[in-house]
Amino acid sequence: MSSTEKKLGAVADFVDQRTGAAKWLKKNLTKVFPDHWSFMLGEIALYSFIILLLTGVFLTFWFDPSQREVLYHGSYAPLSEIKMSAAYASTLNISFDIRGGLLMRQIHHWAALLFMAAIVAHLMRVYFTGAFRKPREFNWIIGVGLLILGIVEGFLGYSLPDDLLSGTGIRIAEAIIQAMPIVGSYLAFFAFGGPFPGEAFIPRIFTVHVLLLPGIFLALITVHLMLVWYQKHTQYPGPGRTEKNVVGYPFMPVYMAKAGGFFFIVFGVTAFISAVASINPIWLYGPYTPGQISAGSQPDWYMGWLDGLVRMAPNLESHLFGHTISWNILIPGLIIPGIMFTLLALYPFIESWVTGDKREHHLLDRPRNAPNRTALGVMALTFTLVTLLNGGNDIIATHFSLSINQITWMTRIGVIVLPPLAFIITKRLCLSLQRADRELVLHGRETGQLVLLPHGEFVEVHQPLTDAEAFAITQHEQLKPLELGAVDDHGVRRRGGVLNKLRARISRANAEQIAKPSPDDMKEIEHH
Amino acid sequence: MSDQIERLQDPGLPEHVHRKADTDPAAADRAEHQIAMAFGLSALGTILFIYAYIKVPKETFVFLPVLGTTNAQQLLLGIGLTISTLFIGLGAIHWAKTLMPDNEVIQERHEFRSADLDRADFVKTVKEQAAAANLGRRSLIKRSLGLSLALLGLAPLVALRDLGPLPKKSLEETSWKSGTRLVTDPGDRPIKPSDLEVGAVAQVLPALLPGEERTLNNIAKDAVLLIRIRPEEFQLSPERLAWTYQGIIAFSKICTHMGCAVALYEQQTKHLLCPCHQSTFDVPRAAKVIFGPAARPLPQLAITVDAEGYLVAQKPFTEAVGPSFWERSS
Repeated sequence: MSSTEKKLGAVADFVDQRTGAAKWLKKNLTKVFPDHWSFMLGEIALYSFIILLLTGVFLTFWFDPSQREVLYHGSYAPLSEIKMSAAYASTLNISFDIRGGLLMRQIHHWAALLFMAAIVAHLMRVYFTGAFRKPREFNWIIGVGLLILGIVEGFLGYSLPDDLLSGTGIRIAEAIIQAMPIVGSYLAFFAFGGPFPGEAFIPRIFTVHVLLLPGIFLALITVHLMLVWYQKHTQYPGPGRTEKNVVGYPFMPVYMAKAGGFFFIVFGVTAFISAVASINPIWLYGPYTPGQISAGSQPDWYMGWLDGLVRMAPNLESHLFGHTISWNILIPGLIIPGIMFTLLALYPFIESWVTGDKREHHLLDRPRNAPNRTALGVMALTFTLVTLLNGGNDIIATHFSLSINQITWMTRIGVIVLPPLAFIITKRLCLSLQRADRELVLHGRETGQLVLLPHGEFVEVHQPLTDAEAFAITQHEQLKPLELGAVDDHGVRRRGGVLNKLRARISRANAEQIAKPSPDDMKEIEHH
Repeated sequence: MSDQIERLQDPGLPEHVHRKADTDPAAADRAEHQIAMAFGLSALGTILFIYAYIKVPKETFVFLPVLGTTNAQQLLLGIGLTISTLFIGLGAIHWAKTLMPDNEVIQERHEFRSADLDRADFVKTVKEQAAAANLGRRSLIKRSLGLSLALLGLAPLVALRDLGPLPKKSLEETSWKSGTRLVTDPGDRPIKPSDLEVGAVAQVLPALLPGEERTLNNIAKDAVLLIRIRPEEFQLSPERLAWTYQGIIAFSKICTHMGCAVALYEQQTKHLLCPCHQSTFDVPRAAKVIFGPAARPLPQLAITVDAEGYLVAQKPFTEAVGPSFWERSS
């Protein structure tokens, strides 16, 4: 035993004598986690969050969150002697006069984009593999909460520098608040401390951006990770993997090294992108003034779908009894996102209501084996992508010399037609893949080798799958539709007829699938 | 779900395949050297970072292919940081993959629900303790507590009241009054009709009275666009036509959709386009909305000239400018 090991042993002993944590720590340090590349997506989100905290603290040392008017005297000559807010001037100062300041700003911004991208990718992994099922519904809801908070936090962050682009974003946010029925103009005046833009908003959102939301983030991320730890990670199906076990590597030392190392890799990649690729060059936009704007105004990508929805909204407004309701803002800006996020958060419960499946699940689904869920996911993604596309309709129009009106009309129609189409196509694809799996298990792989039989017939040699391969793609359960008769198990008449009919109908559609090969099928094949 | 198709036989975990470093000490030594090399490179990266911070002047620009002209200090700081972090990560992962144990371990899972007996006991305890507190019977306590907690919840909301003033009529008012001169922005110079050619467009603001200061709050409501077209091209009602002057028409520059500056004027089609959400307004037809999400035309400002021949407002805006709000009456 080397001296390093002896020392670490002494540290462990020291800790236990003061905390009594020996038993708990021993169990948790050797906790087993399964290995798969797709489990790293959530890690990327976590590490970019840490990068955001580190670079964010650096930025606060020089950023002045004030809308007080100042004359710029810094080293960026084109804006010399121009009136601007202290927030904008100090952002210029960080970019041009603080060594490493621009790099930190760019790491902060790139890390924010990566944070949101990783959250969305992680969400898709969890959704398409069914990892949200019982007992992980709480963690799914926390995740949806983190996604929404991330969008808000990102928006507030890029609003802070008070440049012409971000000020325009704030203007739009103010219009959304102001459009709310009854309370809108009051809420807007409270948020902005009076009429837009005022001098109160940036100091206020600064507090929210650097204190309130990061605090909530830290709390939610902690609970999110504690639940992952406590409930043990899900795993992909395969030989030796069951609902009752976890197969993988111990936390210490393998995942300490891998996860710790991966943090540095995420940091390194973000630093590299920020070293070579400029982002949000606020000095080119100029300070905010409500009378000016730059063409091609675009939000960050995670806001793009919202902006796209607003851009494609029909111009409806009601004027009733001396009051105005702006449907053109409320529907795309509040109602549709509200419905989308509510459905997203409740999805685990909706699915288990349809399937009637209340059991715990720790083995992940292959997306093809849950065709309805997969198709629904692709449908939602299609909707979001079409709206995102329309969020860039001006850029697309100028880059490809297209008419902006035609693009908007295409996406207006597309956002209604394409998602159902995506559902149907995805579901058919899933069923085809199930059929292909069945073929593969029963008849093996095509080898491309042709053999001439003695009687002159040519056949292609098929190579059978190994037992492990065959097991991995046939071990899943195939759900049966719910039997919801007029009376329940106790012979009592079931209530809620229409809802039950709907539930039975969705459940039937949900159970549409290709029968997987059974051991009997396999035996039959062997006889041939 | 009992009538499931039976599963195939689970062949169990595949046999463990040893890595090269597990069996060959030379390979293990090689791996150790590679890991040490990565950590060493990281140290060099940090030295580069420190060197760039201290020694490279801030205003050094270099031209690089693909990147273009780049600030050398920022670039070297970034590259130094990249090397120092990336190689710690690569080294650690290489370490884990080559030298740390790679035997798959199996741990059992336990169902999350407690044993039936424990759960029944827990439920019973909750019921007993609730009964001991008289929760079920003393409904007066329950109701009064509920009331006081709900009222207490109002306190923080009330305390936020001073965040801002009440809007009152301010959303419907601008600085434009009868006889206010139109002045250029920037520059604050009064404008004569002859200053504007046909096809020209200008952003204007109301002239300041002595001692007045222009704030962003004013600009956010007062910004106006002047556009001059040939008078015969107008398709306006007689009333609105009287609000123009020799082909010059004035609109609020603040979009009626979400308040962005409607800044893009296309001279050929005489359309005004808002760059935020592409609402398009037809200038000759009193800024009628012809495309996009805006529901109302841009408010028109009635203009004329004063005794000295400068453009002035005939009267204030007759409707609220900017995006809609609940109290807006038209």
